[in-house]
Amino acid sequence: MAAWIWRYRYFGMGPAGPGSQVNAVANNEVVCLSSLSQGEHATVLAVIDDGQSLGDEQASTIARRLLELGFVPGAELEVVARMWPGDDPLAVRVGGSMFALRRREAQAIRVRRGIVAANPGAGAH
Amino acid sequence: MDATVIAARDLRVALVGLPNCGKTALFNRLTGSRQKVANYPGVTVERKEGSFVGPSRRRYLVLDLPGTYSLSPTTLDEAITRDVALGRLSGEPQPEVIVLVADATHLALSLRLVLDVKRLGLPLVVALNMSDLAQRRGFALDREKLEREIGVPVVETVAVASHGADALIRELERSGVMPADDPERARPPAGTPRAATVTGSPAASTAQIGAAWRDPDPDEVRASHAEAARILRTIGYRVPLRSRAAVLFDQVLMHPIGGMLILATLLFFIFQAVFAWAAAPMEWIDAGVGALANLLNSVLPDGVLKSLLVDGIVAGVGSVVVFLPQILILFFFILALEDSGYLPRAAYLLDRVMGSVGLSGRAFIPLLSSFACAIPGIMATRTIPNLRDRIATIMIAPLMTCSARLPVYALLIAAFIPDRQVGWMNLQGLVMFALYFAGIVSALGVAYAMKRTVARGQYHPLMLELPDYQWPNLRNLVFGLWERVQIFMTRVGGIILAMMVLLWFLSSYPAPPAGATGPPIEYSFAGMLGRGLQVLFAPIGFNWQISIALVPGLAAREVAVGALGTVYAMSGNDPDLATTLTPVIAHSWSLATALSLLAWYVFAPQCLSTLAIVKRETGGWRYPLLMAGYLFAMAYVAAFITYRVALAFGAG
Repeated sequence: MAAWIWRYRYFGMGPAGPGSQVNAVANNEVVCLSSLSQGEHATVLAVIDDGQSLGDEQASTIARRLLELGFVPGAELEVVARMWPGDDPLAVRVGGSMFALRRREAQAIRVRRGIVAANPGAGAH
Repeated sequence: MDATVIAARDLRVALVGLPNCGKTALFNRLTGSRQKVANYPGVTVERKEGSFVGPSRRRYLVLDLPGTYSLSPTTLDEAITRDVALGRLSGEPQPEVIVLVADATHLALSLRLVLDVKRLGLPLVVALNMSDLAQRRGFALDREKLEREIGVPVVETVAVASHGADALIRELERSGVMPADDPERARPPAGTPRAATVTGSPAASTAQIGAAWRDPDPDEVRASHAEAARILRTIGYRVPLRSRAAVLFDQVLMHPIGGMLILATLLFFIFQAVFAWAAAPMEWIDAGVGALANLLNSVLPDGVLKSLLVDGIVAGVGSVVVFLPQILILFFFILALEDSGYLPRAAYLLDRVMGSVGLSGRAFIPLLSSFACAIPGIMATRTIPNLRDRIATIMIAPLMTCSARLPVYALLIAAFIPDRQVGWMNLQGLVMFALYFAGIVSALGVAYAMKRTVARGQYHPLMLELPDYQWPNLRNLVFGLWERVQIFMTRVGGIILAMMVLLWFLSSYPAPPAGATGPPIEYSFAGMLGRGLQVLFAPIGFNWQISIALVPGLAAREVAVGALGTVYAMSGNDPDLATTLTPVIAHSWSLATALSLLAWYVFAPQCLSTLAIVKRETGGWRYPLLMAGYLFAMAYVAAFITYRVALAFGAG
C-alpha cells in the first residue's frame, strides 16, 4: 500500500504528471530532460547553450557546468524524483551522482528516451 | 605571515576536491586542532589552513581549498580555488603540492577533476578517500593500475578513521618533494616572489601555465569525460549500485508530500531542542555572569573602572556568550544533517517555494540558522553560489526571529497578554507564534519585492548535488562546532564588546547633577538621545522610557530589557529583572503601546553585530545601510499601524 502511494506520487493519478507525454510518444523520442517523468531513463544527446533556455548571459557557464557534472553525450540518466507542484525541481542521477536541477537547466539538456545498451561504465543504474 | 621564512623548511600543500568528497574530514585528520580559519584577503571566502609535522620533522602547511567540480568557476568560492591553484591570488603563495581528494565512490567526476588539475603542472598526489566505503560496497579499486593510467601518485585514505591519512603523509614524505634552490625552476611573481620549486615535478613552469590558463572549451570538457571514462574502463571500475536503503530513503524523503511532512517535523523538533535544551546552560551562563558582576562589585572600589567593568564589559560579553548554547545546538543539527546528506535534499524540497519569491533552495539553511542568530545565518550564506541570491538571503535574514528578541517578547507577552486558553492553544503562545509568523511572511514579501524590482529578469540555476547518505562523523561534528564557536566569539564578541563600552559611556556620562532625583541614565547622553527620539516615537505610542531604552537596545535587542530596568530605577543586575519589571510596565503602559513595541521588534534591525557582519560579508557599507534603512522603515510603519488599530479598538 505504502509503496503504491510512493510510486504514484499524485495519489492515484499515475506516473504521468503535468508536462509528461509518456503515453503519447514513441519510446526513443528525442526530448528535453525536463519532459521526462519520474522513474524514466534516458541517454544524453547534447547540452544546448544557445541562450534560449538559460538566458544569454550565463548560458555558456551553465552549459559548461552541466557538462562538467556529467551530462555529456552518451551518458545515461534517470529521473529519480520530481517535486510537486510544477514538476520543479527534478532530481537526476547521472554517472553515479545525483543532482537537483531546475526545470530551466533540465530544458537545456537534450536526451533520447531509453538507454543505449552498448555503453558500459556510464550511469550503470 | 612571513612566507620567505617559512619557505626554507615548510611545504605548502593545498587540498582540492569535489564538494562532499570528504576533503574537510581529511583536512581535520591531517592537521588535528592545529587549524586557523580566516578570510582570503579582500573577499569573504573562508580560508582554512592547518599544519602538521611529518616523520622527517618537516612541517606541512595545509590549505583546505573550497570544493569545486572544475577549475572553471561558477561561484566566488570556486574562483578562489582556481586562483590559489594558479598562484594568481595576491597575498596567497601558490601551493607547492596539490593533494586532490577523490571520492572513491564517485570516481568519475573526481577523475575528471584530476585531469583538469593535472594541466596546472604542479606536483600532484591523488588521495582516494572513502576507499573503505568503496570496498564495502563491493568493488575493489586497483590503486597501482590507476596510478599508471593517470600518471600521478595515488594513495588510499580513510579520513574518518585514525591513521587514515598515513599513506598520504608517507607519500608526501617519500616523493621527495623538496624545495630546492634551482634558479631555472624559480617560480616568478604572481604573489610568490620566492625562488623555490619542487624536484620531480613536470618540467613546465607553473607560472607560464598560470598566465596562459584559460577555461577548457566544451569539447575539452567532453574529452576529459571521455578520458576519465576510458581510465575507469581500463581499471575495471564499475559505478557502485545504490543500496536499497538509499533508494528507499530518497523515495520517502524526496516525496513531494511525505518528504515535506518529514522536513516540517524535523524542523519542529530542532526548534524545540534549540529552545528547550539551551535553557539550562543559558541560565548557568547568566548566573555565572551575574556572580562575576557581583564579585567585581564587592571587590572593586566604586568608580569609573568598576562601572566600566561591571556594566560595560561583563554585561556586554555576557549578553553575547548567553546565546552560545543555542548556537551550538542549532549548528549541531545543521552540521549533522549536512554530513548525513539530508540538507541538500531539504533544499531540493524547498527550492520551488523559495524560488517563487526569488530565493534559492539553498537559502533555507542560512535562514534556518537565523532563527538562532542572524550572524551565523549570514555567515552560512556563503554556500549560495550566486551573488544576488546570496545578497537577497542576507537582506532578509534579520527578519527571522532570532533568540535575542525572545527576552523582549517574553517580557511584553507576560505583562500584557492574558495567560488563558484559546481553544486548545494558549493565548500567550499564540501571540509568540504570530510574531514568528509575521517575521517569516514579511521576509518572503521582501524577497518577492526584490525579485520584482532590483533582481528582475535574473535567472539562477540550482545544479545542486544530492550526495549519498552517510552517518555523520562525530569528529567532524566537533571540529565544525568548534569552528563556529571561534567565529562567533571572536568576530561577534569583539564588535559587541566595543559597542557595549560605547553605550556604557553614553549611558553613564555626563553624570547626574547633584541632588538629581531620577535615575542617572535620564541625565546622560543616552537620556538626551532618548528624549529627542521621543518626538519621533510618540506617533507610534512609545513613551520616553522606551525611547531611552531603545538607544542601548540598538547594540543588541535584548539589552533594551536591562535598559528599561535601569530607566525604571531598578538594578540592571537583578536576575529576576523581567519578573520585577513585568508589573511595572503592565501598570504604566497601555496595551496599544505594548503591541506597537512588539511590532517594532519584529522588524527593527537593533543589532549592530548583524550590520557589522553584513558589511563584512558584502564588502561595503551599501547593504548594511540599505538593510538598516528598510528595516527601520518597516518597523516604524508596522508599529504605527499596530498602535493606531489598537487605539481604534479601545486598547489605549
